[in-house]
Amino acid sequence: MSAVLKIENLSKSFVLHQQAGVRIPVFDCLNAEVEAGEAVAVTGPSGRGKSSLLKLVYGTYRANAGAINVLSNVGWTDVVTAAPRDVIELRRDVIGYVTQFLRVIPRVPAEMVVAEPMMDRGIVQEQALERARTLLERLNIPERLWHLSPMTFSGGEQQRVNIARGFAAHFPILLLDEPTASLDTDNRNRVLELVAEARGQGSAILAVFHDEAERRIACSRSIGLD
Amino acid sequence: MTALLSAQSVSKSYGARAGCMDVCFDLWPGEVLAIVGESGSGKTTLLRCLSGHLPASSGKVHYSMRDGRHVALDEMSEAERRLLMRTDWGFVHQDARDGLRMGVSAGANVGERMMAVGERHYGHIRATATDWLERVEIPEDRIDDSPWSYSGGMRQRLQIARNLVTSPRLVFMDEPTGGLDVSVQARLLDLIRGLVKRLDLAAIVVTHDLAVARLLSSRMMVMQQGRVIEQGLTDQILEDPQAPYTQLLVSSVLQV
Ligand SMILES: Nc1ncnc2c1ncn2[C@@H]1O[C@H](COP(=O)(O)OP(=O)(O)O)[C@@H](O)[C@H]1O
Ligand SMILES: Nc1ncnc2c1ncn2[C@@H]1O[C@H](COP(=O)(O)OP(=O)(O)O)[C@@H](O)[C@H]1O
Ligand SMILES: [Mg+2]
Ligand SMILES: [Mg+2]
Repeated sequence: MSAVLKIENLSKSFVLHQQAGVRIPVFDCLNAEVEAGEAVAVTGPSGRGKSSLLKLVYGTYRANAGAINVLSNVGWTDVVTAAPRDVIELRRDVIGYVTQFLRVIPRVPAEMVVAEPMMDRGIVQEQALERARTLLERLNIPERLWHLSPMTFSGGEQQRVNIARGFAAHFPILLLDEPTASLDTDNRNRVLELVAEARGQGSAILAVFHDEAERRIACSRSIGLD
Repeated sequence: MTALLSAQSVSKSYGARAGCMDVCFDLWPGEVLAIVGESGSGKTTLLRCLSGHLPASSGKVHYSMRDGRHVALDEMSEAERRLLMRTDWGFVHQDARDGLRMGVSAGANVGERMMAVGERHYGHIRATATDWLERVEIPEDRIDDSPWSYSGGMRQRLQIARNLVTSPRLVFMDEPTGGLDVSVQARLLDLIRGLVKRLDLAAIVVTHDLAVARLLSSRMMVMQQGRVIEQGLTDQILEDPQAPYTQLLVSSVLQV
């Protein structure tokens, strides 16, 4: 297998203009590669920049220097310099990002929240909903909740809806930021199964797991930020 | 693929006062762009220049017509511009009274736009109007009522139906939820979000509310004193704002 994600000399710092222009360096000249079918853990103490790294790859945070090259069927794209609409396309087809937090949109039912990334790719609604329901079932979301907005769900239920959404479509590159945090053992195992399946389907995974044992199950090697 | 709308150094001044200055961007089919900034920053001026309601003092706005031609707004014939406004474009005003004909029924407000593009068959007009009112969640038994009898939220939804009935490719919205109660806003936003997605519309949405921008847009431009000081993906602007003013704006709201 060969790399589908190449991070080259990546530097990131934050400047807080509202707080006397204080500068927070996060990392300098970071290099990393992830191959298709490989899961790589990002490790380091809290506040070290693990989440920031994933957000840089997703294009949410802007790099100060360096490149984040992503391979897709149009060739290599550098997320750092790509035009917004190219990043939007990459997010639809190539780069998936799963956190523990669901951004609830009022009035959209849980099954539609999960089906949406598939429908964005042109998959017909019925087929997308079918897969959505399978995932919700696997993540132990009771059927009576599927057609309700997650607005009123418990934190854990929202988290599982978010995970179902994140794994609904196949992404060649998958970013996971503590997806199992605050889940019970059974649901953690379900998430680890989904990670393994995605890997089996060839996804290149960059993941943050708080729990060491889970990290060992899910990932084959790690990048240390410490 | 070419940009649907392309702005090159668009500026508008009111005498010595700057409305907007030197604005450049491309909007692609299906994209939703939010223009944010505090009151007086030039958002409405820019939107009116982009939509041909106000002549720019300098700069160019090009639009890609359905037949593939790229035409500068100020070089279009008046007839061409009118047709564009009635068919390919929609304009949702902050105050629904500016976008509706208050003297005729809700159904006629929708039907009128269809007639403007040549639809003549009464039965078809009526059926389509009813269908659109249903899509914007206006009960069928209110179709013959005057917009005066409608609540603020309903008027806004009617305005949206009136605009979308001709299947435009681009919709301009100026503070579409401004002045509405929070609960009414949520319903309207959800409706707009759903329609824009389903119809694959491009939209330019002016708002001072970052939560509205977060919900509706994929890209954002931040304006201050007539200038665009920062632009990028919506989540970039909100989560990693670079300009001091954008950081102030983002940190001033509780959570978006
Ligand atoms: N949007 C942001 N604005 C300013 N500082 C940030 C932002 N995001 C993260 N940081 C800072 O960057 C550093 C790394 O944070 P983060 O990536 O969340 O670390 P981790 O995930 O390893 O706990 C921390 O000091 C954090 O305060
Ligand atoms: N018709 C006008 N005549 C003179 N000045 C105007 C007019 N419209 C707007 N302005 C001025 O142009 C600037 C931008 O206004 P506007 O585009 O309405 O901003 P926003 O929509 O962001 O509140 C403000 O200083 C405003 O006072
Ligand atoms: Mg983190
Ligand atoms: Mg205004």
